[in-house]
Amino acid sequence: MTATLAPPVGAKPVVVALVGPPNSGKSTLFNRLTGLRQKVANYPGVTVEQRRGSMLEAGMRPVELVDLPGTYALDPRSDDERIATDVLNGRMPGTKVPDAVLVVLDATHLARHLTVVAPVLALGLPTLVVLNMADDLQRRGGEVDPAALADQLGTPVVLASAATGEGLDTIRRFLTGRFGVPARVALPVLQSVPACRAWAGQLTDASAYRSPVPPVWSHRLDGIALHPVAGPLVFFAVILGVFQAMFVVAAPLSDGIEAIIAAGGAWLATWLPAGAPRDLLLEGALAGVGSVLVFLPQILVLFLLVGILEDSGYMARAALIADRTMAKVGLQGKSFIPLLSAHACAVPAVMAARTIENRRDRLATILIAPFMTCAARLPVYTLIIAAFLPNTPLLGRFLGMRAAALLGLYVLGFLAALGTARLLKSTILRSERVPFMMELPPWRWPTFRALGFRLVDRSRAFITRVGTVILAASVGLWLFAHLPTRDGQAPPIAESVAGTVGRAIEPAIAPLGFDWRIGIGLVTSLAAREVIVGTLGTIHGIEGDENSPGLQAALRQNLTPGGAAALLVFFAFAMQCVSTIAVVRRETGGWKLPALQFGYMLTLAWVTAWVANRVVTALL
Amino acid sequence: MIRTLADLPSGGHGTLVGLDLPAEDAARLMALGFVPGVQVSRARSAPGGDPVVFRVDGAEVALRRETARRMTLRTEP
Repeated sequence: MTATLAPPVGAKPVVVALVGPPNSGKSTLFNRLTGLRQKVANYPGVTVEQRRGSMLEAGMRPVELVDLPGTYALDPRSDDERIATDVLNGRMPGTKVPDAVLVVLDATHLARHLTVVAPVLALGLPTLVVLNMADDLQRRGGEVDPAALADQLGTPVVLASAATGEGLDTIRRFLTGRFGVPARVALPVLQSVPACRAWAGQLTDASAYRSPVPPVWSHRLDGIALHPVAGPLVFFAVILGVFQAMFVVAAPLSDGIEAIIAAGGAWLATWLPAGAPRDLLLEGALAGVGSVLVFLPQILVLFLLVGILEDSGYMARAALIADRTMAKVGLQGKSFIPLLSAHACAVPAVMAARTIENRRDRLATILIAPFMTCAARLPVYTLIIAAFLPNTPLLGRFLGMRAAALLGLYVLGFLAALGTARLLKSTILRSERVPFMMELPPWRWPTFRALGFRLVDRSRAFITRVGTVILAASVGLWLFAHLPTRDGQAPPIAESVAGTVGRAIEPAIAPLGFDWRIGIGLVTSLAAREVIVGTLGTIHGIEGDENSPGLQAALRQNLTPGGAAALLVFFAFAMQCVSTIAVVRRETGGWKLPALQFGYMLTLAWVTAWVANRVVTALL
Repeated sequence: MIRTLADLPSGGHGTLVGLDLPAEDAARLMALGFVPGVQVSRARSAPGGDPVVFRVDGAEVALRRETARRMTLRTEP
């Protein structure tokens, strides 16, 4: 091995790329090395996430790590693989050729994973091969001689475990030490997978590799999770458990956040001089941001549970079980995860769709996710249902009329999503059936460290959104509701800009049974759906709260039962959420799809609300 | 005898012979371990029998039947 590259002097960090197949524990290693010193951005023009992080060791040169998308080969077939290839070749605009490469492989699947080493070595960059999951390999009786493998590859090899921390010191020493380019070794024909696989087979033989015994416990657990009878029962129990936790565990936390925001507002109100700036701050910014921030506990609980399901390996089984149903509407099992997340909030769900490799399937999943009943719809549903439906028992104590109505709205959203998926996949997103192939990772205990990273990472993303898009929208809407001023005073809300818009759209919504007051609510609810509750409260001069008897009575005054049914259906279908629109624009790389989605959902909402109004009015 | 992967009974195994799929899909399958000549055995399936989980090269990979039907393997009689 010849050392040719001297460590650069000064603060300029060296750039090291992490390459490896999916499920090799590459991201866990990345998190472990960088801690939370990470930035996430999108590569230009595509929806693939670019994750960079820095590693700072006292007295050492700084290292910038780039976590490349998981790839089995450097043969660009999907967006993800093309990115990995382009970055390594220096063809990615704005990214220079990395100074070194860490190839991360799962040591329990060494023969199969070694194939990705050949194209990396062909690049001639300083390379460290990390045989990850060493703990798993040893526990299951596997063996490998890293020194022998290093001899064969002409580049250093380390046996490590990102989960336990084994071998991390060696990796850090490589990253901060002198880089040497790999010695030339004979490589297979890179374009031929069988040739690469045969080459990998020879390497494992030469490095005394003994495959681990199959994970017995994992197979036993699959015996339950994929059992013809028990499997679906477990599946539904898991989904119900996730929902239950979102409401039972998260609801008190949300109430706590609401109380803190209210107390903070009250405190600020006593300190700030009365006037428009104070009102803008309290009623616009704080109320708007606060009304969305209360969903943070629900989102965190959801992400914690989804994290446990993913890291343990259940999510792959769930995707397998869901695949048949999804296939009926042209989607696939991997769409299940985003659609489950969408029941808390469509924003993280749209981001979670990144795991779907097929572009058309990913777009279809993004386009249908906002139909799922997100947490923001609940206050609206609760208010209208409580105002118009008696809580007559339907199934004894177990199911009352109100709960049944709520359940019906969940089903309605889900069916609309499936119907839309079918429509999309048979029209604009029609694709050749891409074979569904999914590796089932063995069952594992999730680690607190990995779950903690996920929670911090996701809540940071959510809070950033709240602090930017939602703050701007809330302030904007407050201004529209308080302008134009007359004699220095805000006008009555009916005569404000928002009121004018509400009146202007009244002819369009009158057939649904809505008047201009609901119209204003529809406009303001674009900031976040539940804002309509506060808006209706303001219009009626009543404290806005979905449990307020005053607001319920006021609603019964200016909504017929037909109009109430229409309003429920309208909220089930319309894309009343600027945050979702913004995230879809970012993820799809343009305005075309979010515009289409908004138009489609609005049209569907209008038509079905019209039908609901007619039907309910005719029945009563 | 030669049969398709979809016809392999639960627990059955054989040597993969060929992939009658578009080059791109075949390459993805090969990256997952389905290289001609490798031993493939059938593990569980999703409730309802589709997709099916196959064991190949130490890994478990789920494939839909429609894909498995276009992959052939040789089994001991």
